[in-house]
Amino acid sequence: MIDFESTFKISLRSLKVNKMRSILTSLGIIIGVSAVIIMLSIGEGAKQRINKDIASMGSNLLMVMSGSTTSSGVRMGSGTQPTLTIKDAEAMLIRCPSVAEVAPTVSQVQQLVYSNQNWSTTVNGITTGFMPIRLWEIESGRAISEDDLKNTTKVAILGSTVTQNLFGDMDPINKTIRIGGLPFKVVGILKSKGQNGMGQDQDDTVLIPITTAQKKLFGTDFPGMVKHISVQAKDENSLESAQEEITELLRERHNLGKNKEDDFTIRNFTQMLETAKQASNTMAILLGSIASVSLLVGGIGIMNIMLVSVTERTKEIGIRMAIGAKAMDIRVQFLVEALLLSLAGGLLGVVIGILGAKIVGLFSDMTVVISAVPVLISFGFSGIVGILFGYYPAYKASLLNPIDALRYE
Amino acid sequence: MALIEIKHFIKTYSTGDSSFNALDDVSLTVESGEFVAIMGASGSGKSTFMNMLGCLDKPTSGSYFLDGIDVSKMSMDELSEIRNLKLGFVFQGFNLISRTSAIENVEMPMIYKGVAPEQRLQRAKAALKIVGLEKREHHLPNQMSGGQQQRVAIARAIVNDAPIILADEPTGNLDTKTSIEVMEFFVKLNVAAKKTIILVTHEPDIAEYCKRIVRFKDGKIISDELNTNQKGLDSLDKTHYEGIL
Repeated sequence: MIDFESTFKISLRSLKVNKMRSILTSLGIIIGVSAVIIMLSIGEGAKQRINKDIASMGSNLLMVMSGSTTSSGVRMGSGTQPTLTIKDAEAMLIRCPSVAEVAPTVSQVQQLVYSNQNWSTTVNGITTGFMPIRLWEIESGRAISEDDLKNTTKVAILGSTVTQNLFGDMDPINKTIRIGGLPFKVVGILKSKGQNGMGQDQDDTVLIPITTAQKKLFGTDFPGMVKHISVQAKDENSLESAQEEITELLRERHNLGKNKEDDFTIRNFTQMLETAKQASNTMAILLGSIASVSLLVGGIGIMNIMLVSVTERTKEIGIRMAIGAKAMDIRVQFLVEALLLSLAGGLLGVVIGILGAKIVGLFSDMTVVISAVPVLISFGFSGIVGILFGYYPAYKASLLNPIDALRYE
Repeated sequence: MALIEIKHFIKTYSTGDSSFNALDDVSLTVESGEFVAIMGASGSGKSTFMNMLGCLDKPTSGSYFLDGIDVSKMSMDELSEIRNLKLGFVFQGFNLISRTSAIENVEMPMIYKGVAPEQRLQRAKAALKIVGLEKREHHLPNQMSGGQQQRVAIARAIVNDAPIILADEPTGNLDTKTSIEVMEFFVKLNVAAKKTIILVTHEPDIAEYCKRIVRFKDGKIISDELNTNQKGLDSLDKTHYEGIL
């Protein structure tokens, strides 16, 4: 049996003889492997981004929004009709067994002023349940307490973007800012969350007690009205039952007859994100499969060229057999040649794929995550393709009859 | 026991309904150290016989003992091994592997024998020196003359130290002067290195260099005689013995 080093040398030499042909043959594999890597990196990026969104938004989250107003036949969209109240939220917590926590929220865009700086942002009136549900944490200072809610104190917790814009590098704790003309004491700063899935800056926010917002800051015709209620279900499986319980409860509380439409909407954000995650998974698999097809086509290219090579080198095969090569020696030689072609292509494909994925990440707003698994899988696949498509030509070569091969011109 | 013992070789080729015998009951015995010329017109069956002799083809019937081994019932892979160890081939068309240097061509039989790389290189160099091509180790076949290419082929045939050299029209593609050189070299291999050489030719001039001449006609041996007037012996020069011995 011929040693590995010699087989390798012989194969390498015959590939070098037809340099251009070898490069063109590998091109199929190069394109295939790099396409698989780029596609899977984009898919993985999308998946991780959605996971991050889920993580930053809070898990098992339902959003109950007040219904739409209809003015002369024109419907205004959800949240425009003041149908939800704090009482609704409190009732949910008591009467819906699948609900773990509620956070009624009112919000308005207000102008913030500190000394000579001013900044416009969304001011959210919240209860104590808001921060744990939406996964906000305190960076320094304190959160809003039950006492704040009871006493309608004028305290505010600032997001990091607001802090930056109003205070620069100064410490804002215990400073007084003006929101919509009213003085508020800054008692805490939120830990930064960054952008959400839609590219919005989540840190551009101010939290104040909901009672203060309702009674002192936002002028409203409907006392106790809230814009939406964030609801955290007990666990992932109770999301749907929570949705049903809330619907039943709110229809009852709002005195809606059998034929009347709901005057609120419930959105299951977690489910939406899960669906998005599944969609991105499907997309990644789809893109990966399309890319694998090109890898397969590359393999067929290798088989094609190897068959040509076997025919071209029939005489060489005859000479080798005459001086002592066994069928297996010939088979191994051609198989190694095919494998070298595909692995060289695979290696180059990995390099180009990683570079390509990085370039896609740089020049588009897609998140691209290059992980080891798709790189290894596609490289391994290129090797499998080489063996699979190299075997038939190699087998064919080994079946040649030495005399016929020697006579071949 | 004789080195080569062939009994009742028959090779039948059939095309459709008709069939004909390329070899028709051929028996031949060759002792170690002989130098045999096989002659005959084209179509006489001499090349077919040579292919059987070289274990490249199998007879339809008949037995073949090579160095005491029955090779007529061996598989193709076993025959490859026999060719590798017992036989050295020299062809009319040289049959060197193109785009591969002289030394690598000579190394090839040892690769399939499984000789270690360093030893391979050493022995290939020695074989090239014997045929007088030590300065052309790295030349490619297309950079060498016909005579030089044939000498590389001879080096390849002797490098595994096979006892038998089979030469099929070795001078067919060479001019007269080179032909004489090659034949004188075969004589040297036969006399000095005790190689058994069997050579196919249709030229009487070439057959003159052999000790024994076997003539084929229509798939049969029609004459088998010793050549009392062997040429090339006078060219033997003591200084040439060294490399071969």
